[in-house]
Amino acid sequence: MLTSVFDMSPAAIATNRFGLGSRPDEAAPADPKKWLLAQFSLYQPAPAAWANQTKTSVLLADYVKKQMEMRKADEEEKKSAKRMFKREVRDDYLAAVRARAEAALTTPSPFIERLVHFWANHFAISIEKPAVADFAGAFELEAIRPYVLGNFKDMLFAVEQHPAMLLYLDQARSIGPQSMAARRAAERQPDKKRGLNENLAREIMELHTLGVRSGYTQADVTEFARAMTGWSIAGIGNGKERNNDVDTNGFMFRPQLHEPGNRTIMGKRYNQTGKAQATAVLADLAASPATATHIATKLARHFVSDTPPASLIDRLSKVFLQDGGNLTSLYRTLVEAPETWAPTPAKFKTPWEWVISSLRGLGRQNLDGINIAPILNQLGQPVWRPGSPAGYDDIAGTWAAPNALMRRVELAQRLAAPLGDKLDARKLGEKLLIGAISTQTQTAIARSESASTGLALLLVSPEFLRR
Amino acid sequence: MRSPTMDTQMNRRDFLRLLTVGTGVLLASPYITFASAETDRRFIFIIQRGAADGLNTVIPYADPAYAKLRGALAIDVSKATRLDSLFALHPSLVETAKLYASGQALFVHAVASPYRDRSHFDGQNVLETGGTAPYQMKDGWLNRLLTLLPKSQSEAIAFASTVPMALRGKVEVTSYAPSALPQASDDLLMRVSQLYSNDAQLHALWMAAMDARSMADEPGSKQDPASFDKLAASFLARADGPRIAMIETGGWDTHTGQEGRLARQLKALDTLVASLREGLGQTWQKTTIVVATEFGRTAAANGTGGTDHGTASATMILGGDVNGGRVIADWPGLGNSALYEGRDLKPTTHLDTLISSIIAQGFGVDPEKLAATLFPDSKLSKLTTGLLRS
Repeated sequence: MLTSVFDMSPAAIATNRFGLGSRPDEAAPADPKKWLLAQFSLYQPAPAAWANQTKTSVLLADYVKKQMEMRKADEEEKKSAKRMFKREVRDDYLAAVRARAEAALTTPSPFIERLVHFWANHFAISIEKPAVADFAGAFELEAIRPYVLGNFKDMLFAVEQHPAMLLYLDQARSIGPQSMAARRAAERQPDKKRGLNENLAREIMELHTLGVRSGYTQADVTEFARAMTGWSIAGIGNGKERNNDVDTNGFMFRPQLHEPGNRTIMGKRYNQTGKAQATAVLADLAASPATATHIATKLARHFVSDTPPASLIDRLSKVFLQDGGNLTSLYRTLVEAPETWAPTPAKFKTPWEWVISSLRGLGRQNLDGINIAPILNQLGQPVWRPGSPAGYDDIAGTWAAPNALMRRVELAQRLAAPLGDKLDARKLGEKLLIGAISTQTQTAIARSESASTGLALLLVSPEFLRR
Repeated sequence: MRSPTMDTQMNRRDFLRLLTVGTGVLLASPYITFASAETDRRFIFIIQRGAADGLNTVIPYADPAYAKLRGALAIDVSKATRLDSLFALHPSLVETAKLYASGQALFVHAVASPYRDRSHFDGQNVLETGGTAPYQMKDGWLNRLLTLLPKSQSEAIAFASTVPMALRGKVEVTSYAPSALPQASDDLLMRVSQLYSNDAQLHALWMAAMDARSMADEPGSKQDPASFDKLAASFLARADGPRIAMIETGGWDTHTGQEGRLARQLKALDTLVASLREGLGQTWQKTTIVVATEFGRTAAANGTGGTDHGTASATMILGGDVNGGRVIADWPGLGNSALYEGRDLKPTTHLDTLISSIIAQGFGVDPEKLAATLFPDSKLSKLTTGLLRS
């Protein structure tokens, strides 16, 4: 299907395939590999763009306080309090999306910033639940960003213990059927059933670690769900909280919810008690060969093609196991791999990638006058709202579609309109695509009726839609 | 831009011309099959993403185990619409119940695709590709259906910005969803057409996008659900409109707070169905809608006011000539020993067989050829006849 009318230069591959797109004020990297590897020391886990993000602990305290007030309020008050909370959550969400996008526009390490987006999508949350929306920005800032250059296991634990994930996949409400809390509740209200919710346990195995069809069974999922009981959030829901150990991000283990007994998961016995039980399981999942293959496949797909070569998956997978989930080792392998430098641009940009590269290409350093969140809605990829815990697809089939293409053309026109007399699309094309621009695109731009039409054509050109 | 009506005329004229020449080669030509299948039937596939709870949609109220398994989640039958001596319909499905009363809704229970594990994403892949295992087939069964239809009827549309898996494949399809962005100027549209003329992938997508754009009376019309439903109906009601459509619905994964959430989900589905019936006008008589999900939910309620991933679910078949007003189920029962793996409603009807039966009759396509194209690896049971009146 893909017509290759142009080949990417190594410099273009570095900035456009590994990075987030060239900027007009940046010189093309002279040594592309070196340029990428140097970004490990330039990366900012908490850059200026994110400075106003409220911390998880503060959001949680506020959320708990509001829930308490809501319980006491009468019907009328409840309604208006709910409305107000909804508005606050929406404002916070819009600000967080803007922070995410501005960080992508101004970052000194676009390759690592791309990896932040990759991991946030791997550990996807989705904001249909208002409570999740409240924590979405904080989740990325505190559970993803600090760990992208660290170890897979550490990111896994930060994610699975963050309130956003515990709320999104219903873990905070899961109760061991034989736990103290369940038995006491059964005495009080025998009709009301309380028990397991296997949602998070299943998605950890299927999506976050081992990968689907990697050998675990329904019984393993249920056993893991039993081990996870008690993993909860401070201040929310069931049980008293004295004597409990609250983590900085609001994670709390509630022993009274934990299902007593040993567990057997994928043939291995877990004799630990309390919080340590699921901790031991999660640590094993993080180090499993199936997890290594799963992560290797997703990374290779992201940087090479929708059907990534087995050779690269094998190498990445070996590095993952050999270096104990060290993520920078994986990134180094990607940079060193001949497969990632194939000159044909095999990846069709997702809406997020395309918008960010367009704004960078037009020289934007901030989003003044641009409401970025609704733009992503229009393009079909609302931030932190994939609608499923699998996150957004990373294949062309999902994004290269008739209506989606029309939307990009509409947006390109809008972005280009005010810039016509400030940027010369002919020169900009050369600069951004670093030589990888076809005669046809050059001609189309040169013949356009106005400078802004030329810019719009550059943004929707076959070269600019792919990486 | 393509004009479907012109295509039809051209094809028919070509066909007649070739027929009069009387070449023997022609007998092997696909046009023969096409000509015999000339109908203006519409087929709409509504997918429920997230595993919809069939047991609380088409409720087996008379099964002695139902109320006990569901506890507080059990639907009060006095509030639901009784369908027969075993099943009742969820109270949110008001308009659908009216269709049932007039014989235009048929429910089939304990239905499942060949998929037997419990991953949404694998389950949806099997449901949409028509394979027997996830990612075994690379295109969707709705797209493969297009290859069996005459060209005049092979236009398909996804009412979404992107094209869902079931419609992806060799035949170009279009997608449409109203936009809130300012429309692109005609000049820009023309220049983009030129820009993509040498790029096979983008050229095809762009032509399809321009086609859909020409069908929308008011491009950029409002995005609220009600007007979206009407817009979908207006596309399908056109004489030169698409014959095959797919509509996606999400939010069915009710692990918690199921009571309210499922009621809202079903209400939205009910509104969508009502808008389609109204908007299609006379065409409703020739329309068949299939509503299906990737798998069902656990027979018992879970510990958090919801249900977890299960196996069999219920499928709805709706439309003007559906031979409805009945529930078809080889009911396995909800007793402990009857449950699949001790927890889920056991599948007794193949979804693939059901879909093949409806399409074979609706489009008058040879059943064996149809099954081999849509679900090549499924071991289909004997196709059911009489699901439609015509």
